[in-house]
Amino acid sequence: MTTGKILAKYEYQPAKIEKGYANQTLYINLSDRTIKAKPVTEQMKQIFTGGRGFGLWYLWNAVSGDTKWNDPENEIIIAGGPICGITQYPGSGKAAVVTLSPLTGCPIDNNVGGYFAPLLKFSGWDALEIQGKADKDVIIFIDGNKGLVTIEEADEGHDDTHLIAEELTEKYADSEEDKRNISVVSSGRGAENTLIGILNVSFYDVKRKAVRVKQAGRGGSGTVFRDKKIKAIIVKYKGVTGDSNNPADKEKIINAAIRLHREIFELDKLQNRMREVGTAHLVGIMNDYDLLPVMNFQYGSHPDAVKITSEVFREKYFTQNVPDNCWHGCSLSCAKAVDNYEVKTGPYKGQKVCVDAAEYETIAAVASNCGIFDPEYVIEANFYCDTYGLDTISFGNIVGFAMECYERGIINKEITGGLELKFGNAEAALELLHQMGRGEGFGEIAGQGVKRLREYIIEKTGADPAFLRDISMEVKGLEVSMYVSKESLAQQGGYAFANKGPQHDEAWLIFMDMVNKQIPTFEDKAEALHYFPVFRTWFSLQGLCKLPWNDIIPADNAITNEPHKIPAHVQNYVDIFTGVTGKNITREELLLQSERVFNFQRIFNLKMGRGTREYDRPPFRLMGPATKEEYESRAERYDKQLKELGYDIEGKTTEEKMTMLRQYRESQFEKLVDAVYKRRGWDKNGVPTLETVKKLGIDFPDVVELISRYRE
Amino acid sequence: MIKVNKEDMDYVDGMTIQDILKIRKYSHTMITVIVNGQVVPKDSYPTYRVKDGDVINVIHMMSGGC
Repeated sequence: MTTGKILAKYEYQPAKIEKGYANQTLYINLSDRTIKAKPVTEQMKQIFTGGRGFGLWYLWNAVSGDTKWNDPENEIIIAGGPICGITQYPGSGKAAVVTLSPLTGCPIDNNVGGYFAPLLKFSGWDALEIQGKADKDVIIFIDGNKGLVTIEEADEGHDDTHLIAEELTEKYADSEEDKRNISVVSSGRGAENTLIGILNVSFYDVKRKAVRVKQAGRGGSGTVFRDKKIKAIIVKYKGVTGDSNNPADKEKIINAAIRLHREIFELDKLQNRMREVGTAHLVGIMNDYDLLPVMNFQYGSHPDAVKITSEVFREKYFTQNVPDNCWHGCSLSCAKAVDNYEVKTGPYKGQKVCVDAAEYETIAAVASNCGIFDPEYVIEANFYCDTYGLDTISFGNIVGFAMECYERGIINKEITGGLELKFGNAEAALELLHQMGRGEGFGEIAGQGVKRLREYIIEKTGADPAFLRDISMEVKGLEVSMYVSKESLAQQGGYAFANKGPQHDEAWLIFMDMVNKQIPTFEDKAEALHYFPVFRTWFSLQGLCKLPWNDIIPADNAITNEPHKIPAHVQNYVDIFTGVTGKNITREELLLQSERVFNFQRIFNLKMGRGTREYDRPPFRLMGPATKEEYESRAERYDKQLKELGYDIEGKTTEEKMTMLRQYRESQFEKLVDAVYKRRGWDKNGVPTLETVKKLGIDFPDVVELISRYRE
Repeated sequence: MIKVNKEDMDYVDGMTIQDILKIRKYSHTMITVIVNGQVVPKDSYPTYRVKDGDVINVIHMMSGGC
């Protein structure tokens, strides 16, 4: 790609970072080419902390309840957070990305690695807030050393991330040595042609001499990005040191970091082997526990899953003994890659590429959920999803759903444009992927997401809407991430209540609930569904990765009072927040930071006309067996449960037993909703009460006015 | 009979913690095993023999993408 004419230019004096904050935000309006600095106020820091909190606050002020994702008013905000950019503590280079989602119509947030957010902050900006739309493709370039921001024409060139990021890194770096000072945000042609577009955030892998990317994957942020005609955003900053964040008390950070690094070096090989295989270790475990989505979440395990476990990837594909950290200083090093992979299909057939593959979610989504158990197909699909700018989780759900509809005779080749979408057909899945990239054929329709695909199928075929709702794995319009929640009521809530839609980063309670049986009552489950979503929100306020919290645990964690909270690591977070900002906080205050933003996001959903109880309802397949085949695959378990509940199942057909089980499980879910809303300080319709917003200090006049409309 | 995570399980004379984990397909590495309220060290799983009537809790930690 060549960059062309400079359309707008803004010179600034880079701010000195003070205790984790640059204290200003870079605002760019692409419609009128405004570029300006906006102050980050003390009140913003107090109430919203940073990262996702800042993103939601800017977006709240930018849009009305009528704004659609493709209106110029919609924004993309990329922000780190006060801790973002420290190099001592593992997982400290994350960016929160916030925008109105094309899939849900509500705010979507992603927490993504790569170097962008730290380099942005050290260039003098806590956040980048982009509004408006360009009339043709543009590049935004931020030079943090020169204090220069430009909007440039993107004359011509590549359409897909692996080439865009490589070319722009080459172009904007002064030398090979300088490439580590560049990060490129880009997407691909698939993001233009679907609603499931992602953002890829790059970092330069010095050992491999390769540009690599991490993904802001969920909810279509890449689609918004391309709709604004942004080809890429580049930040360049030379001079990162361990002191760049100018922390208040570096010793406090170092002491916490030493403890964690020691645990990682001593225990990771005995625990999750993140340094060897990343999150892929979960494939085998989920299969063993009947939690691995197989064939559109119908089943939880499959004998062929052994072909796609981490052992296979480690043995044959993942390059070992190279530092795979996506920001400096992360010894957990889980960003695994496949080097010199020769692409087998599509426009890049025959090219040798470095693929950032494959994480658990991707393996489960594109492979087992589509009944495909081929590791090289996983790498191929992962590569194309990334470079086309498509979310692997949504893609895998779409294909799985379409395959099930095809297998059940609901759709046929007339609908699919000739694709034989049977479970296990990797060739057809890849062709659908290329069609999504090109925006052609059935791929263009399927790329609108599971919800819209369902509506299309109903319209075209007259299929039973109720049955299709049962088997279409989306809530709020977002596709479900990769855990079978049928036997865990708490996880059904974890998915269904999640603010952005069913993504596991808000709550993952299956082991506590289904395996350990630690939260048997509604009150227990409600407490877990209060604490964990609130706690997990905190990472995205700070610029932190969640994985070092619970993917490595101290040797003595088991003998603590609350081992699931990993108290030693929570204390680390208290220490590093205090060490960076100089603000002494307690664990309770840490949670309060999150609770404010968590509730504000819920209220934002209300502003967008959603966010009430009716939007927290999952498809039945998340709650139990939606088909006869599913019931019979776990008949012993379900029969036993019905008998224990006092149902007379003697002589009953599978269909009759399914009806009984469904009635029971749906009633349990409604009781869970009541218990969780109560614990969170929400009314029975899921609206935070006036008392709750006052307690949290988010009782702004427009918030109070909004929730009062819903008062019971 | 023994109790494993609040469910009955047949007791077999001489069975170890490792045997129980295998039978239950508890392959997750981030677990803590507690027998009658006492944590069992990981390196004892192959040799620790449970007794009939023991109450065993195998506590799984969340991890990974979870």
